[in-house]
Amino acid sequence: MNTPLDLDANATEPLRPEARAAAIAALDLPGNPSSVHGGGRAARRLLEDSRARLAARFGARPQDVVFTAGGTEANALAVRGLAPGRRVLAGATEHPAVLRAAPDAVLLPVLADGRLDLAALDAALAAAGPALVCLMAANNETGVLHPIAEAAGICRRHGALLHVDAVQAAGRVEAAWNLADSLALSGHKMGGPKGAGALLLRPGLDVPALVAGGGQERGRRGGTEPLPAIAGLAAAAEAATPDAALRLAPLRDAIEAAIAAIAPEARFPGRGAPRLPNTTSILLPGVPAETQVIALDLAGVRVSAGAACSSGKVGPSHVLAAMGLGADAACAIRVSLPWNAAEDAAERFVAAWAAMRARLVRVAA
Amino acid sequence: MARILVAMSGGVDSSVVAGLLAEQGHEVIGATLQLYDHGAAIQKKGACCAGQDIHDARSVADRLGIPHYVLDREQVFRREVIGDFADTYARGETPVPCIRCNQTVKFRDLVALARDLGCEALATGHYARRLEGPDGPELHRAADPARDQSYFLAATTREQLAFARFPLGGMPDKAAVRAEAARLGLPVAAKADSQDICFVPEGRYDGLVARLRPDAAAPGEVVHQDGRVLGGHAGIVRYTVGQGRGLGAASWDGGRKLYVAAVEPGTRRVVVAPREALATREAEAGEVNWLIAPPTAPLRCTVKLRAREAPRAARIAWDAGAGLLRISLEEPGIVAPGQACVMYDGDRVLGGGFLRARGSVDRGRAAA
Repeated sequence: MNTPLDLDANATEPLRPEARAAAIAALDLPGNPSSVHGGGRAARRLLEDSRARLAARFGARPQDVVFTAGGTEANALAVRGLAPGRRVLAGATEHPAVLRAAPDAVLLPVLADGRLDLAALDAALAAAGPALVCLMAANNETGVLHPIAEAAGICRRHGALLHVDAVQAAGRVEAAWNLADSLALSGHKMGGPKGAGALLLRPGLDVPALVAGGGQERGRRGGTEPLPAIAGLAAAAEAATPDAALRLAPLRDAIEAAIAAIAPEARFPGRGAPRLPNTTSILLPGVPAETQVIALDLAGVRVSAGAACSSGKVGPSHVLAAMGLGADAACAIRVSLPWNAAEDAAERFVAAWAAMRARLVRVAA
Repeated sequence: MARILVAMSGGVDSSVVAGLLAEQGHEVIGATLQLYDHGAAIQKKGACCAGQDIHDARSVADRLGIPHYVLDREQVFRREVIGDFADTYARGETPVPCIRCNQTVKFRDLVALARDLGCEALATGHYARRLEGPDGPELHRAADPARDQSYFLAATTREQLAFARFPLGGMPDKAAVRAEAARLGLPVAAKADSQDICFVPEGRYDGLVARLRPDAAAPGEVVHQDGRVLGGHAGIVRYTVGQGRGLGAASWDGGRKLYVAAVEPGTRRVVVAPREALATREAEAGEVNWLIAPPTAPLRCTVKLRAREAPRAARIAWDAGAGLLRISLEEPGIVAPGQACVMYDGDRVLGGGFLRARGSVDRGRAAA
């Protein structure tokens, strides 16, 4: 049995050695950052050092960084905190972390290539009054990058706030992050440990706590900060550089070129748009994504599809449906290369995918 | 050693199937169907919350060290099982959703998936036996008559049967299955049996049917077969031919107890009659699935006209042109349209179909 080929980095990146070292060091630090004594001060020093490094990495002020348990909480903290008194507008392809935090949001359409329809944003804002716009910098299923700078300009013109979900984009592509009024980050999507994320706020903007507790994080997030995960998050954010991620683009392109040559019917939703360097969505018409994911898993290749819920079922993709793919929206898998992908990852994946397709096509015939 | 897909419900039976096959050295792949939104269904003692069933199936698979997948079948189940359930009531008939489920999401779809995944067989926890006969695989009643589920498998096609495995068919009783579960160290060994219709919490299905087919829940008259109007009812969904309860003032005609003799969807009338007037020797069934070569001459066999009854002697005639099975019972019985008629030769299942109201061959018009 070969070692498994893990191509599901958009679910979680492998732990980076820098993040591992930082997290392990923090595990041995006994104090609670809220304690007044020396042990507390030592823990607080690490916490504030991590905060300052993360702030610097994304162009924020340390006092505007709120540590959370992850990307979902960071998104919910922003959306719930900023929504009162504003109409919420969210991209149709946003992650459930945003959509379920704003169940009454007006959905903004995307173009066929997955990018936000900027004219629709402009029109919606003209009609909306005070508004909060929620956009993901990069889509988790297709890797498609929304035109955040242009969207920020439109929001500013209409006096609307812009919340950016940077969970997938951070560390993989560079962007003018400070154009956002709030920015959600996840540690483990950058190669840190699971269990920490952050919300970065524009100076002067504040959000009330979802969990008040002891008033930690300047009253914006109660509960003792998980120092090992936070130290790992800060280290991962520094180690995850878009320059290094560019190495993955040729591997991704090689996968797409090889599959297009093997299977003329295969399609790659979002391929025409600017994308993350590590992500491709591969659509095999007529074959349910569920079958593809299981068949590949049994062959030792780990990818995913659609939105995985806690039951583990593979549901239809609202992202691909919003891109107008109709019934084919249920037939695409997501391949996302990890930061440490081996050079033969593309070759191995294509071999497994070709074998899978050969059997499924023969079965169907 | 073969690669085998096991349909794991999270209950004791299918868990033991996975455990036994894994123990025999097969490459077992577990699959659990997500059939409906568990959040919407109310948790209840006795009939377990299926959301918990998925977790149980996963923990059994984990214990066995086999891969396990949850398959989203909510849409197809809603359309082909729950939709058929409501439509059948709206036609004035009484559905058997477990047969529809086996026929669609279980055997049709899982056999196809198993083939796609390169499996040699699909195994389930059903109590029935699949025996190799001279003309291919045969379906037989389970060794334990109390647990036999062959009635619910009668719509399985011969091709599906060839691919299916029922490792529990020879088990002497449920206690033996639980003992196997305990021996294999499965965390579900003491779990209660599931009951009722899985997608109907609290056993009350009229609300569900009313949402999907309001016509089946609209009020109507209860009428004696001689034409007298005896009372009213709150929807034909509540009535099955042979039923004596739920008729209110129309339960009695003088000193004689009355029973449902017919349900007429067009007029929404429930027709009642004394019990002896209900019994009939003649019945008809459509949508027939044969597990033998379709007989060209009349045949003596036994039939079951509902899940919980002993097989009764009958003579059957197959009209291939009309797609109609004509059943002549030796002793008169009560025929509830919509229920399955399953034919047996001893323990062997010959085939099965769905009972129809006699004379109402055009079901489409009745449903409209």
